Amino acid sequence: MNSKPGFNIYGHFLSRLSKKKPTSEPARHARRAFQNLNHRSLSNTMLTLAIAFLFLPLAVTVVYSFNDAKSMVWTGFSLRWYDKLVFGSEKLWTSFGNSAIIALSAGAVSTALGTLAAIGVNWYRFRGRMYIQTISFLPMVLPEVIIGISMLIFFSAVNVPLGMFTIFIAHTTFCLPFVFLMVLARLDEFDFSIIEAAHDLGASEKQTLFRVIVPAIMPGILSGFMMAVTMSLEDFVITFFVSGPGSTTLPLYVFSMVRYGISPVINALSFVMILGTMAIAFILRNFLKNIAASK
Amino acid sequence: MSRPRPLSSRNYGAAYSFPMGVWFTLFFLLPIGIIVTYSFMRKGIHGGVEWQPTFDAYIQMFNSSYGKLFVRTLWVTFVSTVLAIAIALPCGYAMARSKMQTLLLFLVIIPFWTNSLIRINAWIAILGNEGFINETLMKLGIIKESLPLLYNESAVILVLVYMYLPYAILPIFTAMDKFDFSLLEAARDLGATKPQSMFKVLLPNVRAGIVTAIIFTFIPIFGAYTVPLLVGGKDSYMLGNIVVDQVTKVRNWPLASAFSMVITVVSTVGVLWMMGTSAREAARVKGARVKQEGAL
Repeated sequence: MNSKPGFNIYGHFLSRLSKKKPTSEPARHARRAFQNLNHRSLSNTMLTLAIAFLFLPLAVTVVYSFNDAKSMVWTGFSLRWYDKLVFGSEKLWTSFGNSAIIALSAGAVSTALGTLAAIGVNWYRFRGRMYIQTISFLPMVLPEVIIGISMLIFFSAVNVPLGMFTIFIAHTTFCLPFVFLMVLARLDEFDFSIIEAAHDLGASEKQTLFRVIVPAIMPGILSGFMMAVTMSLEDFVITFFVSGPGSTTLPLYVFSMVRYGISPVINALSFVMILGTMAIAFILRNFLKNIAASK
Repeated sequence: MSRPRPLSSRNYGAAYSFPMGVWFTLFFLLPIGIIVTYSFMRKGIHGGVEWQPTFDAYIQMFNSSYGKLFVRTLWVTFVSTVLAIAIALPCGYAMARSKMQTLLLFLVIIPFWTNSLIRINAWIAILGNEGFINETLMKLGIIKESLPLLYNESAVILVLVYMYLPYAILPIFTAMDKFDFSLLEAARDLGATKPQSMFKVLLPNVRAGIVTAIIFTFIPIFGAYTVPLLVGGKDSYMLGNIVVDQVTKVRNWPLASAFSMVITVVSTVGVLWMMGTSAREAARVKGARVKQEGAL
């Protein structure tokens, strides 16, 4: 371990530092202070700061959504932006409806395809298995802009008009890898003797699939589905390319709000969306570790 | 994955995986293939392409303004990735050693899942000329004129770090969570200093997590579009913005395709290189271990 080359430059740098004996008194004190730093309290402080950093913008938005004035000067508590959000933003609600339709359909299709593929890949060895694994990994590592542009050019090359259908296709494509990975992770924890038992007891492949495997990996399937729905609801970049007239989704609508002047209605909407996110995260609280691992 | 498989009389693997394979071939591989082809085509008069093979698009890219853009994109990506990883390492460590893991994951995931445009908008509301910071400072009488906090490169880097910090924290946490922290005590007992135990015992063991974290921050930042568009000025445009402009405004599809190719190749090479180094390292460590065991 000591002569490990390469990666650990910092380690080498530090070990070099510690071999050299500092001569002056303050330097030695500084060195001892560095070595005695309590890493746990240091990292805990860092984590606290990071979480504060992550929540600061959200907190500011939420607070100012209750501001009576249009600007960022606090003039008094008011619910007028919420009133406007609920009763005066028809376009916003239409776009939310579009988003919901796409999220649910793309979520359902990607969950079905991803689950089946995960079972196949985890279970059997067959030709093309490597291909399936590689190709399901690639969409996750390419920047969204590339996926969006390639889809746009593809749809125009095959003459499919842009709209809800093309958004559905694109969303299913980028949700699939995540569902696939989440179900795969669940299958890895699976006790295979149950399946052998099912086969031994005379269950057909179909019976085994629907009565044994699917119920056993249901938590994985559900969290994959929720993940897909969340990702679909949140996507802007890919949707931006493959949407057409009349298929504005919520993120596209929010984009136009952000781009063309700030209306405090967006702050009110932010709070509603943050609450929605919290609800989803709360439902998925038992799978948060799996989700963290699939990222 | 080395678990013995149940022997089924028939092999349904291909049938199970077939639908997803077809889906990806049709809606992922084929579009990428079309982009590759288009990047070697001539620009059509009304958008689209003419079927004439040429290197025009690639030649057009060798232009000093695009060169500057490319360097800036790499620079911004590099700085943001390094910052995100540097912040994520202690965070992942603290989370892995904490007793409130679910709560902490919850706290990291909520901002992460909140719509990205909402988060960008929040930063505009904070940093803008009439934003939270400027208004507060003016009210306190500290400044007379608002500070130009928004629409520059620092704002882009700040918001990029903000957006991708959870992407860095989560894989590092996952790796650290699997680490046996008693090894650190063992290292200390054997005379390692605290920094030594961190850099020589902990970090090499969570390396896979760090690699994943780098991949999942570097690549999306390299292809960033919305952040530089909304919080950056004209002089902090990144590659992603140019590609989108070429597609939607200029309608020069071959050039957009060529830029996409550059982004794709840089991302893919980056991923393969990162994964390759960690795989080689793993093989080396494994080899050393086998040798040691053989010697014993």
